[in-house]
Amino acid sequence: MIKLKGIAASSGIAISKAYCIGKEEFSVPQKKISHADISREIYRLEEALIETRRELFALQKRIADELGFDHARIFEAHLLVLEDRVLIEDIIQQIKYKKVNVEYAFSQSIQKFVKTLLKLEDEYLRERVIDIEDVSRRVLRKLLKKETLSLEDLKEKVIIVAHDLSPSQTATLPKEELLGFVTDIGGRTSHTTIIARSLGIPAVVGIEVATRNIKPGDKIIIDGYEGTVIVNPTSKVLKDYHKKLAKVTREIKAIHIPRVVKVHTSDKREVVVSGNVEFPEEIPLIQEYAAEGIGLYRTEYIFLGKRLLPTEDEQFKAYVSAAKKVKPHSVIIRTIDIGGDKFLSKPIVPAEMRPFLGWRAIRFCLARPDIFKTQLRAILRASAEGNIKVMFPMISGLEELRASKKLLEECKKELKKEGKKFDTRISVGTMIEVPSAALTADALAKESDFFSIGTNDLIQYSLAVDRGNEKVAYLYEPGHPAVLRMIKDVIEDAHRNNIWVGMCGEMSGEPLFTLLLLGMGLDEFSMPPPRVSRVKELIRNVNYSDARKIAERVLSFTTPREVERYLQAEAKKLLRDNFERLIII
Amino acid sequence: MEKVQKEITVNNPHGLHARPASLFVQIANKFDSVVHLEREGEAVDGKSIIAVLSLGINKGMKVKLIVEGNDSPLAFKELKEFLEKEHD
Repeated sequence: MIKLKGIAASSGIAISKAYCIGKEEFSVPQKKISHADISREIYRLEEALIETRRELFALQKRIADELGFDHARIFEAHLLVLEDRVLIEDIIQQIKYKKVNVEYAFSQSIQKFVKTLLKLEDEYLRERVIDIEDVSRRVLRKLLKKETLSLEDLKEKVIIVAHDLSPSQTATLPKEELLGFVTDIGGRTSHTTIIARSLGIPAVVGIEVATRNIKPGDKIIIDGYEGTVIVNPTSKVLKDYHKKLAKVTREIKAIHIPRVVKVHTSDKREVVVSGNVEFPEEIPLIQEYAAEGIGLYRTEYIFLGKRLLPTEDEQFKAYVSAAKKVKPHSVIIRTIDIGGDKFLSKPIVPAEMRPFLGWRAIRFCLARPDIFKTQLRAILRASAEGNIKVMFPMISGLEELRASKKLLEECKKELKKEGKKFDTRISVGTMIEVPSAALTADALAKESDFFSIGTNDLIQYSLAVDRGNEKVAYLYEPGHPAVLRMIKDVIEDAHRNNIWVGMCGEMSGEPLFTLLLLGMGLDEFSMPPPRVSRVKELIRNVNYSDARKIAERVLSFTTPREVERYLQAEAKKLLRDNFERLIII
Repeated sequence: MEKVQKEITVNNPHGLHARPASLFVQIANKFDSVVHLEREGEAVDGKSIIAVLSLGINKGMKVKLIVEGNDSPLAFKELKEFLEKEHD
């Protein structure tokens, strides 16, 4: 038994056999051929190339349909390799003069070129090497008469183990047969993570040594809560996990997903429970989990991993598509929050010592009005076609809000002059995630249409804790009285100025805090879509008047421990039989 | 057969990697002419993605573009423009 530790990317537990991708060892036989065989071998090469081309075209078309034309472009280089004159000529030469079989000639030529490319030590070329190897595997499969990913033949569902999964690989996987993903590289925002979350299956990524320790067919347990993978478990561990799996399955089944989008407490206080979206692939989850629109639409994905800045039209299309999908509910678009832990192409944002205190989000946008205005124009134009609101991240004072709104007004004027349509009364929100903004919320409220509290940053700034640093992470406490008092004041300042307040940090989707925030008067709760149903059921099961009393009491406590213990006890009293189901996971 | 050749500085911000290399090869393949790229005395087939990639050309590097064939003037013009272009 080996226990591997990685990043808990998607929750859930799965127990099954490992199916290793990219590890298929083709034993390529080397055979001497006679002169008479030469033309037959060359013919087989041509056949295999044509078949692979056909396969890639079909795949390209499917991906273009499912994910859009841009994604399908990744196959351009694949296709060029297939018709590469230098490569084909080299293979034919080997068949003709070295008198070797086509499989051997082919793999020799490929290896030769891969070696040349790797010598160049260039990051982009290394990516091309992956393409070339991918194509070569496809061709070899044809030559050796092996079927493409014979997952269909498997008698049981499997856990996919890979170094990394590319969009082209995940697109071809039979989704019904997958129980989970385990990868060497990747993080909470990588492609594998997103796919796993949207499929609702567990994933542990960033294990580094997964493919080295897991062999095809190994029995593995993947624990997406802990971020662990257990290879060939002992019978005791296996038994424990089967129990755990059964418990988790029971709990998930107990939460039914309501069709009704609107939600109110037992005593009829209405609140909004909406979803956070990081990638367009997640938008269907909004409907699936009956969230009331998108409370946080992150736009970084449009900018990251690109070598050129996205155009206004590209952005416009993305925003319109989101707005149309969640109509009539709203999409709250957060303008780019680049910097901190996220980076645009390197030349624009230089490395910083303390990126979280540096040139990011609205600071970056105000310094680069060209980039910012392109985004604002796209958002405004999209607002003509759906219910769109806009909010600015990391505002630290009134002047930044004013400067941002001034640019927004400029964009409105330009669009008007150009005769382009937009929602002239688009709602403009301020994100409250810097303590200075929280403490001046009364002033900000007068010039905002709504607030959205970003607790992840607000907590780390208020408590001076870097959550990524293991040594101090224990100090990151959403229940710290300082954080709670600040949130309470922000909500009151907003209500006093007749604007609504939402929260898009993780805290709003943690049931005990949901109860507390509800009592503090929070109007909107935005969270990862899979959490929506549980939170809605919780809200439906409590009285606003009870929640208010709890909130009042909590604000008199002096330590996070007291807060949590009290919340647990009160929730137990309020929810009785529903407590385990709604609070504990 | 007409042969056109000239030393060109690559201005494409990404040199001749990945997508720009694909595009270059695609343009070259439109023509009948034989296309060669030469850097530091090493000449490769300009119609081969693998060969073009293996030159490892970055922005600002000089390459010799050699085009030979019936449609060489036009082919040379298009390929030269592509290499000298600032953006892809």
